[in-house]
Amino acid sequence: MSETTHADTGAMIPPAQKADGGHHHHEAEPMQDVATVPFFTPGVKFLAVLAVGAICVLAVRFIWGLGAVTNLNDQYPWGLWIGIDVATGVALAAGGFTTAFVAHVMNREQFEPLVRPALLTAALGYTFVGLGVCVDLGRYYNIWHFFVPDMVNGNSALYEVGLCVCLYLTVLYIEFLPIVCERFVGRVNLPGGLAALNGVVDRMLRVLQASLNKVITVFILLGVTLSCAHQSSLGTLMALAPTKLHPLWHSAVLPLQFLLSAFAVGLAMATFESILASRAFKREIEMPILRRLARFIPMLLTLYLAAKVIDMANRGTYAYLNDFSLQSISWLVEVVLGVIVPLLMLLTHRVRRDPRGLFTAAMMIVLGVALNRINVFIIGYKPLYAEGPYIPAWTEILLTAGFISILVLLYRGACWIFPVLPKEEEGGSHA
Amino acid sequence: MVTRRDFLRMTGAAAGTAAAATIGVESASASHLELDEERFGVLSDFTQCIGCRRCEYACAEQNGLPHGELKEYDDQSVFEGMRRPTENALTVVNRYEPRDDRTLPLTTKIQCMHCEHPPCVSACPVSALEKNPLGPVTYDASRCIGCRYCMVACPFQIPAYEYHNPLTPEVVKCTMCQERTLEQGLAPACVDMCPVEALTFGRRSDLIDIAHERMRQNPGRYYDKVYGETDGGGTSWLMLADRDFEELDLPRLSVDSPADPTESLQHGIFKGFSGPIMLMGLLGILMKSSSDARKYDQEDNHE
Repeated sequence: MSETTHADTGAMIPPAQKADGGHHHHEAEPMQDVATVPFFTPGVKFLAVLAVGAICVLAVRFIWGLGAVTNLNDQYPWGLWIGIDVATGVALAAGGFTTAFVAHVMNREQFEPLVRPALLTAALGYTFVGLGVCVDLGRYYNIWHFFVPDMVNGNSALYEVGLCVCLYLTVLYIEFLPIVCERFVGRVNLPGGLAALNGVVDRMLRVLQASLNKVITVFILLGVTLSCAHQSSLGTLMALAPTKLHPLWHSAVLPLQFLLSAFAVGLAMATFESILASRAFKREIEMPILRRLARFIPMLLTLYLAAKVIDMANRGTYAYLNDFSLQSISWLVEVVLGVIVPLLMLLTHRVRRDPRGLFTAAMMIVLGVALNRINVFIIGYKPLYAEGPYIPAWTEILLTAGFISILVLLYRGACWIFPVLPKEEEGGSHA
Repeated sequence: MVTRRDFLRMTGAAAGTAAAATIGVESASASHLELDEERFGVLSDFTQCIGCRRCEYACAEQNGLPHGELKEYDDQSVFEGMRRPTENALTVVNRYEPRDDRTLPLTTKIQCMHCEHPPCVSACPVSALEKNPLGPVTYDASRCIGCRYCMVACPFQIPAYEYHNPLTPEVVKCTMCQERTLEQGLAPACVDMCPVEALTFGRRSDLIDIAHERMRQNPGRYYDKVYGETDGGGTSWLMLADRDFEELDLPRLSVDSPADPTESLQHGIFKGFSGPIMLMGLLGILMKSSSDARKYDQEDNHE
């Protein structure tokens, strides 16, 4: 897109459209208008190869069944796809509701530039959670049974998770719509004979934009509420298996721990992805905002750590730390490297101001919470009569890697086309 | 900025949305199923079992599962390793070494225990698994979505899955021969076949009396416990043995069903979606007040 078109569109977008409840004081821009890097880089091509691999695995799974591509068995009914694609995916998509809470519910408008990227991550993340579930379900075509009143089981944590994820995914798409409107209002350019409809489509988009402005608050509140509900229920899932989940993780307060870790990892993930996106598009890192956001994280991490440590003390499960088993080591890595070290790092002023330090700390939190979900769903899962541990098949790993690749590619594509990433200020400096 | 009118409108809409999402939940969240006083069960007396595996044959035949000739079940070499139920065998017999010089090896029959308050039923999001008030835990494949949460939930690790069926995989487990017991008033096929009456079919409360009576009349023969009377909240299938059931690879469970804590948690938070509605209301108030605070701050600054 040329410089002139961009200037033109700037003139054509009336300022009124940004007055949606005062939530968009900052401006965002599509990368295709300003990017100094090409869309296709060697990294992008590598991800595309993984994506193709995943599609091949999908084909085999749907033709020959789960048994053909997974190492699941009667002892280990859930594996990598539930542990990573679903449980970890939901946790790492928490940036969507946590940034929405800080920027919109608490009205801290300075964090507005982080909301759209986090919203995009959440929308894509939950899309792939849904896809991951459908691949793992033996009878995926019966998924609509979740909405048959005669069948639904309110006692089931999985029902609650499934329903909330469905509703939240809808909410996320609705929350993303204003970004789509913003992209196309004033620059609708349909090809060929359809060009005659440009005016009509433009008017429709403006009506949609105006209507969304009025109701978006409800969806923001609904999104935060639904997130709190299913982030915690994801913990309830494994609370139902006291004889199988290792005592280092099994606890009645597992739902609380899941919720608190989602809060912490949400902000860490928003930081992590903001820095990654800035690097990918060779733009300036949003340090002034990220630095301020980072001040909230130690508080949230402390709450999470307290919920884990107090629970451990109550139940005396620290005794298991002497085991030097895979489980005890994994617990220590999760808590020391994933919680305590980044907590101490972020308490220091110097780390919060240093892009590299901040990135490292955020990444450690992201990996720490991811490891927690993997521990709860895979490593800590010790079925009674297992003859050996569950080790995922290479096809399971390829599908997961491919899904993550597709997600990253879609994220890049969406940033390319839609105004997601914040506009860089003149002179390229925020300070 | 959120105006007062916006705020009222949005809390109204919030309640509406949450209520819409709740319709299904309310109807299904009626807590514990009332079990029938006359509900039946099976008593397995392992001290009487001779390990002939005829129950395995009867079960396979009854359920249309692959099975060979009856005499193939005389093969005792299968006892060398421990077996678990599979998609092709809903019940299996295992053998354990004699307790001491004076006793014989012990053979145990395992199958679905048909819990009184089954965690699998609690786990199933679409009620494909249900507890019949008369005892059996039944499975309706046409409802099943294949999530396998029942297999995660089962404290006895019983349900098996057809992983190699690409289109219509089923969760496979003993149904206590529901078509015989529920519809025809007959005993399960395995009980019918047992040549030594190691298996007794009857009213669960009677079976508990019988079990305790046997323990009274045969001092020293039995370990002092009827497994399943209270374990995991109680099971329809009851067991007698000569040793601690943990030595027979049966899990030590509390007297509550593992489903009790998670169900009360789900009910506490989500009954009628009251928790989420309150949370959403609180968030709305927070949003309004923080927005107001900001507005006044700005006005003050202008003055």
